[in-house]
Amino acid sequence: FAGLSDVSISEDIPVEGEITVPVGSHSPDEDYSTLDEPVRDTIMRDLKAVGKKFVHVMYPKKSSALLRDWDLWGPLVLCVSLALMLQGGSADSKEDGGPQFAEVFVIIWFGAVVITLNSKLLGGTISFFQSLCVLGYCVMPLTVAMLVCRLVLLAGSGTVSFIVRLIVVIAMFGWSTLASTAFLADSQPPNRKALVVYPIFLFYFVISWMILTFTPQ
Amino acid sequence: FAEFDDAANLLAANPNATTISIDEPAEIPKNKHGRLQQSGREEDDELLGTDDSDKTELLAGQKKSAPFWTFEYYQTFFDVDTYQVLDRIKGSVFPVPGKNFVRLYIRSNPDLYGPFWICATLVFAIAVSGNLSNFFIHLGKPTYHYVPEFRKVSIAATTIYAYAWLVPLALWGFLMWRNSKVMNIVSYSFLEIVCVYGYSLFIYIPTAILWIIPQKVVRWVLVMFSLCLSGSVLVMTFWPAVRDDNRRIALATVGTIVLLHALLAVGCLAYFFDVPEPDFPAPIIPAHNGTTVITK
Repeated sequence: FAGLSDVSISEDIPVEGEITVPVGSHSPDEDYSTLDEPVRDTIMRDLKAVGKKFVHVMYPKKSSALLRDWDLWGPLVLCVSLALMLQGGSADSKEDGGPQFAEVFVIIWFGAVVITLNSKLLGGTISFFQSLCVLGYCVMPLTVAMLVCRLVLLAGSGTVSFIVRLIVVIAMFGWSTLASTAFLADSQPPNRKALVVYPIFLFYFVISWMILTFTPQ
Repeated sequence: FAEFDDAANLLAANPNATTISIDEPAEIPKNKHGRLQQSGREEDDELLGTDDSDKTELLAGQKKSAPFWTFEYYQTFFDVDTYQVLDRIKGSVFPVPGKNFVRLYIRSNPDLYGPFWICATLVFAIAVSGNLSNFFIHLGKPTYHYVPEFRKVSIAATTIYAYAWLVPLALWGFLMWRNSKVMNIVSYSFLEIVCVYGYSLFIYIPTAILWIIPQKVVRWVLVMFSLCLSGSVLVMTFWPAVRDDNRRIALATVGTIVLLHALLAVGCLAYFFDVPEPDFPAPIIPAHNGTTVITK
């Protein structure tokens, strides 16, 4: 280490800088202080994030907010409510009725996982949970369609109600597919876009079919 | 396109040489037409039995060099572009007599995208079409209450995925066993067989949708037509692989392939689609008290 003692800093090079580490100014929340905040603030922050993503799905424009801060609360709530609303059909008594709660759950989550794996295997650059988040949130129009269908079925179950339900389900299916494609298409290699979009189409088609064929007891 | 001229000159000088082109992803759009032209000249060589199966295996070994527990290993099975998948589907629907599906379209790049998603689409096509057709058949009856029949989706999924994976496994094992006894047989890797079977199931998707039409004659004509198309793809693929073997074993193998394919189609038609009502005019039967009763 003899040579190190010869290191001399010339006098006309100013030595300056900051010794203090900037305290988390790049992240919106400061980690060490969320422990002391009231529980209401914590819950409201997460609820606001979930609500913001719902708004993004309703008006899909290419924004990276949905992708950057992914969460799976929204998909869970949507999936559970859709599965609950699909109950109470002619499933309970007979063998070949509508899907059971577990079947809907498995189809949505397993389908989303398979589509995410498919897009990653084809060379997509999106991360696993971001893709699950987008696919789950884009089930929202179909959940709204299910709600509308149940309300229409309360009024009657003739041909008119079927046509109304058909139109609503087709419109929401198109909305879901377009919304998820708007978010996911950019992260795919350009000559494989159709290969990635088709499974998404199939996924929402199956969910739409389950919604359309729901018949009450 | 200087390299095409070189290759053409070389091939003109030595017409019997089999040319190997290694796929490079960056050059695929440029070289697509050139490679298809070269493949036209290769086909006759390969169908005659002067196969490059060992070179194919070498190329396959070069490509899939990542260890099987990494993600990159499985990415090599999805190394296809949209136009390649569409070409393969087209090749399975319009079989060209004399052209081998594997050599022409797969060309040592078997993919799992096609087989997996064609099977998934077929499962839902059969389940949805069966449900719709039963609905239309029983529509007028007062005792009929529509049920979605969701159980049948899982049954359809089990059947079709088992067919698309277990039959190729059995066939591959059988071909490997015969290959050890009789030399000089064109041999396919397991993934290529899965690929052929997966793409050959594509024709059943429009067939299943057309099975909604509640006419027996129409349904059976559709069965025959789709069976001929996809069966011919399978036969033309596997005939060169068993041709050099004992005559009876070769015929039995090809016959079993076609028979299993037919069983799948007929079984799906019988299980998922109810029998349509007969459409001959109702017979008139005289009742006991003299009035005529029309029964259906």
